[in-house]
Amino acid sequence: MPKVSMTVNGKRVSADVEGRTLLVQFLREHQRLTGTHVGCDTSQCGACVVHVDGRAIKACTTLALSCEGANVTTIEGLANGTELHPMQAAFRTHHGLQCGFCTPGMIMAAIDMVNRLGYDLSEETIRHELEGNICRCTGYHNIVKAIQAGAAAMGGMKVAAE
Amino acid sequence: MAGTGIGARVERKEDFRFITGKGNYTDDINRPGQAHAYFLRSPHAHAKIRKIDTAKAAAMPGVVGIFTGADIEADKVGGLICGWMIHSKDGTPMKAGAHPALAVGKVRYVGDHVAVVIAETLAEARDAAEAIIVDYEPLKPVVDLASATKKGSPAIHDAAPDNQVYDWHLGDEAAVKAAFRKAKHVTKIDLVNNRLIPNAMEPRAAIGDYNPGEEAFTLYTTSQNPHVARLVLSAFIGIAPEHKLRVIAPDVGGGFGSKIFIYAEETICVWAAKKVGRPVKWVADRTEEFLAIAHGRDHLTHAEMAIDENGKILGLHVKTRANLGAYLSTFASSVPTYLYVPLLSGQYNIPAIYGEVEAVYTNTAPVDAYRGAGRPEATFVIERLMEVAARELGMDPAAFRKKNFIKSFPHQTPVIMCYDTGDYNASLAKAMEIHDVKGFARRKRESAKAGKLRGLGYSAYIEACGIAPSAAVGSLGAGVGLWESAEVRVNPVGTVEVLTGSHSHGQGHETTFAQLVAGRLGIPIENVAIVHGDTDKVQMGMGTYGSRSGAVGMSAIVKALDKIEAKAKKVASFVLEASEADIDFKDGQFSVKGTDKSIDFASVALQAYIAHKFTGEQLEPGLKEGAFYDPTNFTFPSGVHIAEVEIDPDTGVTTIAKWTAVDDFGVIINPMIVEGQVHGGIAQGIGQALLEGAVYDSNGQLLTASYMDYAMPRADDLPSFRVDHTTTPCPSNPLGIKGCGEAGAIAAPAAVMNAITDALGHENIAMPATPQAVWQAAQAGLARAAE
Repeated sequence: MPKVSMTVNGKRVSADVEGRTLLVQFLREHQRLTGTHVGCDTSQCGACVVHVDGRAIKACTTLALSCEGANVTTIEGLANGTELHPMQAAFRTHHGLQCGFCTPGMIMAAIDMVNRLGYDLSEETIRHELEGNICRCTGYHNIVKAIQAGAAAMGGMKVAAE
Repeated sequence: MAGTGIGARVERKEDFRFITGKGNYTDDINRPGQAHAYFLRSPHAHAKIRKIDTAKAAAMPGVVGIFTGADIEADKVGGLICGWMIHSKDGTPMKAGAHPALAVGKVRYVGDHVAVVIAETLAEARDAAEAIIVDYEPLKPVVDLASATKKGSPAIHDAAPDNQVYDWHLGDEAAVKAAFRKAKHVTKIDLVNNRLIPNAMEPRAAIGDYNPGEEAFTLYTTSQNPHVARLVLSAFIGIAPEHKLRVIAPDVGGGFGSKIFIYAEETICVWAAKKVGRPVKWVADRTEEFLAIAHGRDHLTHAEMAIDENGKILGLHVKTRANLGAYLSTFASSVPTYLYVPLLSGQYNIPAIYGEVEAVYTNTAPVDAYRGAGRPEATFVIERLMEVAARELGMDPAAFRKKNFIKSFPHQTPVIMCYDTGDYNASLAKAMEIHDVKGFARRKRESAKAGKLRGLGYSAYIEACGIAPSAAVGSLGAGVGLWESAEVRVNPVGTVEVLTGSHSHGQGHETTFAQLVAGRLGIPIENVAIVHGDTDKVQMGMGTYGSRSGAVGMSAIVKALDKIEAKAKKVASFVLEASEADIDFKDGQFSVKGTDKSIDFASVALQAYIAHKFTGEQLEPGLKEGAFYDPTNFTFPSGVHIAEVEIDPDTGVTTIAKWTAVDDFGVIINPMIVEGQVHGGIAQGIGQALLEGAVYDSNGQLLTASYMDYAMPRADDLPSFRVDHTTTPCPSNPLGIKGCGEAGAIAAPAAVMNAITDALGHENIAMPATPQAVWQAAQAGLARAAE
């Protein structure tokens, strides 16, 4: 079996994997990072979104071997202990989750949205950009509010840091 | 409202683990030495199984075991059951065909379970399943609901030669006939309630584990009601007696009804764990979910309403044909009967109602409860009728509704239900004001200027929740009682664990139940933990569905808290050296009337356990109380939703321009969570109206078996919603709660279709109103207008 190495949430990891091992299997089964979920297997629902080299990708349709040497961030890599990432905090404050299953993918997609489009996101932009993430519980109403607020909070943090 | 008590918008306690990726869903659990199950499913809708050859597959790498229906029969594993007996008009019991967990002799839908392969890895199990040779003799499938019982249709079950499960009725046929004879106007409609696939985001999963030393099983499963699963697996399927079977439903990623039922897969996992001597894990992929989870709705209905010369409704006659799929799922029989016809009175004073329901088998996946279960179907019938009748009479649809609203309570309908309280005028008036219905004509003109068609539709719904008084449902055929249990355990340091038979799979019980307990005991909400979803911890419970956790589950907690307070007062009376009658309890303090002597709750808890201030003859030590609560009536949430749509006649695209919901849920524990429930329900209802529909081809192949073919509502299909409330507290439970979980899904489809038909100017369109359907309907409407 080939060996694959990558950095996951800042930690160098490697494992022997079958060629058909998907990134999501590598994360869930080899690294025991079960926050990344599988909702559909066809790149439609977005429960499996993680960041690879700073870009959101769907881990259910990415081969682990294709991530050799990559820098991967999962939902587990966002908070600093109990100090939440502003997007995580916004999902809680605005009740942007119910059953929680789509939530890790939503949060990872939302942060990617901010990274690409900035801190001032309109409702229309957010709804359009969420086309790759399905939620069955919330009707998206509060997810949209959470992402808008989380984006603004990320902007505020950047300003504060500068 | 400040604080964390009833009525406060408290942030959810469970969220931290979900937003940090530390949830504990079934697929996140792995047992030492576990093997993986893969189900070989039928590719045919209807076929005899001549032979299954597993020899080649059994020799494949990693294979631990392969089992078929023959093994199930040899081990005398009981079949899956339907727990609600319905009798036909002629008094005969419903015709329940056998439902083995693995097919015996015949397969009855695409996705039916033919064999299970258990292997070291899932990939090896899948590979081996491909090597199983099944010799099928394909039979003609029965797919079309309308013609399923026609002479010459092949029988799906020997027990039901004409494919009819039952032909049931409720109401007074003679009274309805008399009402129609008196009618000045009769409105008639034909409706399709489209078949839906629930699609909770977490696919179903199960791990069966067997401990040979204790001869005990554990099942980890994605269940809304682990105790009911244990009861069925023990008492009916015969896996193990209840004290030797533990069922754990950990974090569950949405249910919407589809995780109530006891399915083949979890049955097989727990049975096979003993067969192979290893824990057996199964996780559905999304296509398996589409194929084999219980679907929802699927009705064909003809309905007629008799109206007098003053616009008053005289009678209602509804005739429905319901598709129950290839087998009767756990509660399938109750959905198009007692959860449907008793709701046909809606919010209206209708003196005579007669409902007839013919339920049929088809070679499709089983159909059972999906969010609302029968009540969305009933609301769709009555609310489409109200709108169409108003149009035919030339009356304003809101005025027509008002004229016929029930205005005094309690109100006994002709179809079982006794509505306890409500104020239907209030919710309609508030919704119309918030929505700015007055401004609709102007908005319609503006849309017309842009070449768009604008329409407005109402849905004034009622539902029966808080399911349900056990004796009442028992008399209607239910196999179980529908009470709930709670146990409140106060620890010596004053923290509290509440064990509940309700199960949270998104509803936020860890927060709302804690709000109740913290408020009542005057302790910080952080000091309250809600425990659910484990039959070894919680003794018994009936689970979460039918918007029952607040009205029934929390009522059980109230009963237990009453006992806790009574016992704690006794303890305090010894500590404070006062008479028990003189002890007051308020804001977490026990005090002696008319003195400054007091002691806080945590100190009383400690005294209860150290038991130094009283003797064993005087009082039992400890502070732990349990209660069972059986509701005395259903609860009747109601409300008005107004949908406003804009249609582009050139593309057929329907945009929801505006949505207003005013609901009466009685007392609300946490408005933030309730609003979230309403949002999600509306989204599912809009999904049914505009996007979703399970499609089988004439061979019984499911064409909508992935997210690439089944249109789930996405963020840009939906608007933001305006959600508000009116309140009439429920008189039948201690907190005044009515329930909120299903309201949106119940109200929304009729509101959307009433708005679309208003925009189109005719009624000739069915759900889902996809762009293609709307385009065709819009072109037909424009052509008619041009004539």
